[in-house]
Amino acid sequence: MLRSRIIPCLDVADGRVVKGVQFVNLTDEGDPVELAARYTAEGADEICFLDITASHENRGTLLDIVRRTAEHVFVPLTVGGGVRAVEDMRAVLRAGADKVTVNTAAIDRPDLIDECSAAFGAQCVVVAVDARRSGGSWEVYTHGGRNPTGIDAIEWIRDVTARGAGEILLTSMDRDGTKDGYDLPLLEAAREATSVPIVASGGAGDPSDLAAALEPGRADAALAASIFHRSEYPIPVVKEFLAEAGIPMRIVEVA
Amino acid sequence: MTRLAVIDHGAGNLVSIQRALEVVGGEPRIAEGPADLAGADAVVLPGVGATGAAMARLDEQGLVEPLQEWDGPLLGICVGMQLLFDSSDEDGGACLGVVPGSVQAISGRPLPHMGWNEVWTSDDPLFDGVASGSLFTFVHSFAAVPDNPSIVTATSDHGGRFVAAVRDRNYLGLQFHPERSGASGLRVLENFVGDVRRAA
Repeated sequence: MLRSRIIPCLDVADGRVVKGVQFVNLTDEGDPVELAARYTAEGADEICFLDITASHENRGTLLDIVRRTAEHVFVPLTVGGGVRAVEDMRAVLRAGADKVTVNTAAIDRPDLIDECSAAFGAQCVVVAVDARRSGGSWEVYTHGGRNPTGIDAIEWIRDVTARGAGEILLTSMDRDGTKDGYDLPLLEAAREATSVPIVASGGAGDPSDLAAALEPGRADAALAASIFHRSEYPIPVVKEFLAEAGIPMRIVEVA
Repeated sequence: MTRLAVIDHGAGNLVSIQRALEVVGGEPRIAEGPADLAGADAVVLPGVGATGAAMARLDEQGLVEPLQEWDGPLLGICVGMQLLFDSSDEDGGACLGVVPGSVQAISGRPLPHMGWNEVWTSDDPLFDGVASGSLFTFVHSFAAVPDNPSIVTATSDHGGRFVAAVRDRNYLGLQFHPERSGASGLRVLENFVGDVRRAA
């Protein structure tokens, strides 16, 4: 049986892992390669790096982090931030990423998804959707949650699936960094809209939040950052809890 | 030294397979054309993306015939495994055709089948030291259906049983990614490199 995945997310800025609440008040959380290796040893099913500055000057730094991580960490690696063209995605994949997320650039020019999927296969292409509640539905935001687009998030998920997205990284901008739990109705609406895997993001405060997100009809993977970084809930503790809650887990013996 | 020619599929991550083969004692070299197969003890054919695009790439590189004629160990991973068969439903096109059979869609949800799943292994030497039911990472929507079921060395399940590994003469195929499957995956690659070394 396919296991639900636990994915620590490392937000990277200027070569360091940082964390803030709703993309502001950033604090230093450590070295990306060291953290990735530690989480993998603890049983992370996948590692996700998001370059939250995504500036041109930082490109080389990010690719170097990806390369050094891929050389030491033998679990899937997803990388996002600043991919605007097929060639950007190629560079990140060549550095050692297995999957690449696209976000703002895909909103500006949706054909980017079709092009990347044709060039590298749907399995490489993760579309990151930052959604904020707006009445009875959700609206897509870009630029780290700052800019509204007027696009309905669920319609967008349908569209990107048809264009060849292989996975949806779905972040609730209302919940991001709040520890109030994932936006479960958002996950359920997304599940109705797509057959590709959904990664839930934004709002994890304790293991019961991950359990709720991973119930049938919601997400296939749960992404979280601060609850792992500060060892509030180490990955083995989280996985043990989820396994006992009946979520199919990959349990790793920690040496 | 175990010289491994790793075919450059041009479409994605080669760092992981290269590094994983090094970690288990192999000496991988990226192969971009027929000349790069000279002197290799074995060929590793990784694959990402769609089978049609992957075959077109091999054709451009002039590698289709050399791979069909290669008589040493050939390990196909993911799409690389699918390329060993006659044809794929994914693009309706011909593959290398060195192992009789086809490649067909799997039916589970979500699709792609992405993440860690059990692999039920036989006593094939590639799985020495790997307990049947160990978890490996998959990323695919299609799987091989060999004409000869006796070449199947492992299976997994996603909306029904599918073939996770084959061994037919010098051809080995793995539908999962050993280079992305932690210690179990490295053990499979170590077994492969050990076999190649003994045969070389």
